[in-house]
Amino acid sequence: MPLLEVKNLHVSVDSKEILRGLDLTVNAGEVHAIMGPNGSGKSTLSYVLAGKPDYQVTQGEVRLDGEDLLSLPPDERAAKGVFLAFQYPMEIPGVATMTFLRTALNAQRKKRGEAELSTPDFIKLVRAKAASLSINQDMLRRPVNVGFSGGEKKRNEVLQMALLEPRLAVLDETDSGLDIDALKIVADGVNSLRSPDRAMIVITHYQRLLDYIVPDVVHVLSAGRVVRTGGKELALELEAQGYAQYQEEAAAAS
Amino acid sequence: MNAEIKLMKTAAELGLAEVFARAKAALPGLAAERNAAFESFAATGLPHRRIEDWKYTDLRALMRDAKPLAAPPAEADVTRAKGLSGLAKELEARQLVFVNGMLVRELSDLEKLEPGLSIRSMSDALREGDPLIAGHQTIMAVARDNTAAALNTALMGDGALIHVAAGAVIERPLHLTIIAPNEGAAVYMRSGMTVEKGARVMLIESHRGENGADYQFNGALALQIADEAHVDHVKVIREGADALHLSTLVAEIGARVRFNNFTFTTGGKVVRNQMFVTFKGADTVAAVRGASLLRGRQHVDHTLVVDHVAPGCQSRDLFKAVLDDHARSVFQGKITVRQAAQRTDGRMMTRALLLSEHAEADNKPELEIFADNVQCGHGATTGALDEDLLFYLLARGIPRNQAEALLIESFSGEAIDGIEHAGLRDALMQRVGKWLGERA
Repeated sequence: MPLLEVKNLHVSVDSKEILRGLDLTVNAGEVHAIMGPNGSGKSTLSYVLAGKPDYQVTQGEVRLDGEDLLSLPPDERAAKGVFLAFQYPMEIPGVATMTFLRTALNAQRKKRGEAELSTPDFIKLVRAKAASLSINQDMLRRPVNVGFSGGEKKRNEVLQMALLEPRLAVLDETDSGLDIDALKIVADGVNSLRSPDRAMIVITHYQRLLDYIVPDVVHVLSAGRVVRTGGKELALELEAQGYAQYQEEAAAAS
Repeated sequence: MNAEIKLMKTAAELGLAEVFARAKAALPGLAAERNAAFESFAATGLPHRRIEDWKYTDLRALMRDAKPLAAPPAEADVTRAKGLSGLAKELEARQLVFVNGMLVRELSDLEKLEPGLSIRSMSDALREGDPLIAGHQTIMAVARDNTAAALNTALMGDGALIHVAAGAVIERPLHLTIIAPNEGAAVYMRSGMTVEKGARVMLIESHRGENGADYQFNGALALQIADEAHVDHVKVIREGADALHLSTLVAEIGARVRFNNFTFTTGGKVVRNQMFVTFKGADTVAAVRGASLLRGRQHVDHTLVVDHVAPGCQSRDLFKAVLDDHARSVFQGKITVRQAAQRTDGRMMTRALLLSEHAEADNKPELEIFADNVQCGHGATTGALDEDLLFYLLARGIPRNQAEALLIESFSGEAIDGIEHAGLRDALMQRVGKWLGERA
């Protein structure tokens, strides 16, 4: 059984159809890249998988480990193992990063019927995971993402992913706004989470990120559909030739 | 006097006249002032929505009757009060307990006062004409055109009269635990605190009452703060669900003072908390803040009048309200900067978080500036919980009610964080948590 199966997915936002029959199958252990021009529906796909309100599914289905995902609210999807690394992580003034992380981890554990982590165990766990992402104690004490640089926000997303150990991680334009050093730290963090039990979908506009997070499969998304699927060499081809041909094909098809 | 004397006609107005007529002979001291204050009330009656200062809190409509004055606390009241002193214990504060408006000595800690600290019962002080009371002229002036203050002057009974001598540093917070009557009765309390030059003190007033008792509370506090003193004043209003609470703070602040004021409100059916803060000395720094968490049909009005008379002072005012169900919050904030008050730096901000589409927040900011070299600002926001923030928390597996609670805590926390006393900050955040726990 595939880990994630998306079939003929149609999604509208404000009555405008963004995804128009998207199919995608991702197996455990695989890293899939989704590339495409602006407006092709990449971020919409990530939000629909995570369950953002206002994204109306008009047709199709999404299954995680064979189970219908679309009927679940976002928090239950997270407990089942869906993780979205946001393109623009939110700033939450007044909520300390540690409190946020512990609340999230324990809420998920509780929903899965596991015991909540004690405070000392939790602190030990966070420190270990944070160190490898160059996240210091000061960042953990500060309110979530408040005053964080772009790189710090993305590292914080990867820290959350490392703590929550998702079954399916969706990384939405994780490279945007990062300089090369920050990109390497984030990519190393993501690579260390590759596992035979986990699948990842890396959404990006540029090929650059895929030099560091090397995908097993690359999909090209255009006008709300997967128009081409290939190996990692497809990303290089796109880098050389651009998206123009896919946009023309999509325009001709619609 | 050429003010038109109009006939009082509501049941509450007639009732108040009756209460005053019956009680005045036995009230402690200041008979002439009491009569004058009652007459000024009688001339106008209870204020209603066409009176600008009471536009959003129509007292004539909200106060339907006048309760009789509460009887002195009986044995059962004292027993009830014993169970309600949580905050003072948490803070290891010096506690003074008032039940039905009267000081209960057996529950109060009046032993071994720190050097420089003196505390006495206001009714004793009024009766004996304590010279400290002569310094409370401003509150008497306020009472001339403010109904709540006028009624307080007319009917005031007991309270605390506190004096802190020059240079005295009072480490233990002073805590007035004010336990309301357990029935439909009225309490009029007057307190005063005079803090001399360079002294340091923290005063907390905690109001507690039972749900189901439709009592009426009217309190006033005269704060005189001399140069270079450092004063914290905190009011915790957890009145019963059927209570009417009117209160007036008149603070006069000298030069180079640090003054922090905070009001935390979760209880009471109708609350009008009015604060008059006058900057009389130069280069003082003051913050007046508040957080309210309201539900049901609660109506809470914070009215703040800041008057900058002296130059170079800084004021920071922040009021936050969390409103569920049909609750309503009112914030009226006025900053006056007199011509002499150059270099004034005043910021006033109010924010309301609406958790229900039936909740209502009314904000009325006013600036009146006569000096030319000042920085003054007002801000007001009203809105629901941010859906994008909520989604971020949900996407991490945090259930909706818990995600909302985190955001509400952080919203209230921004104001509560301004309290210097860490123990009190924690205690109030716990009460925010408790309020959230009671949310359906």
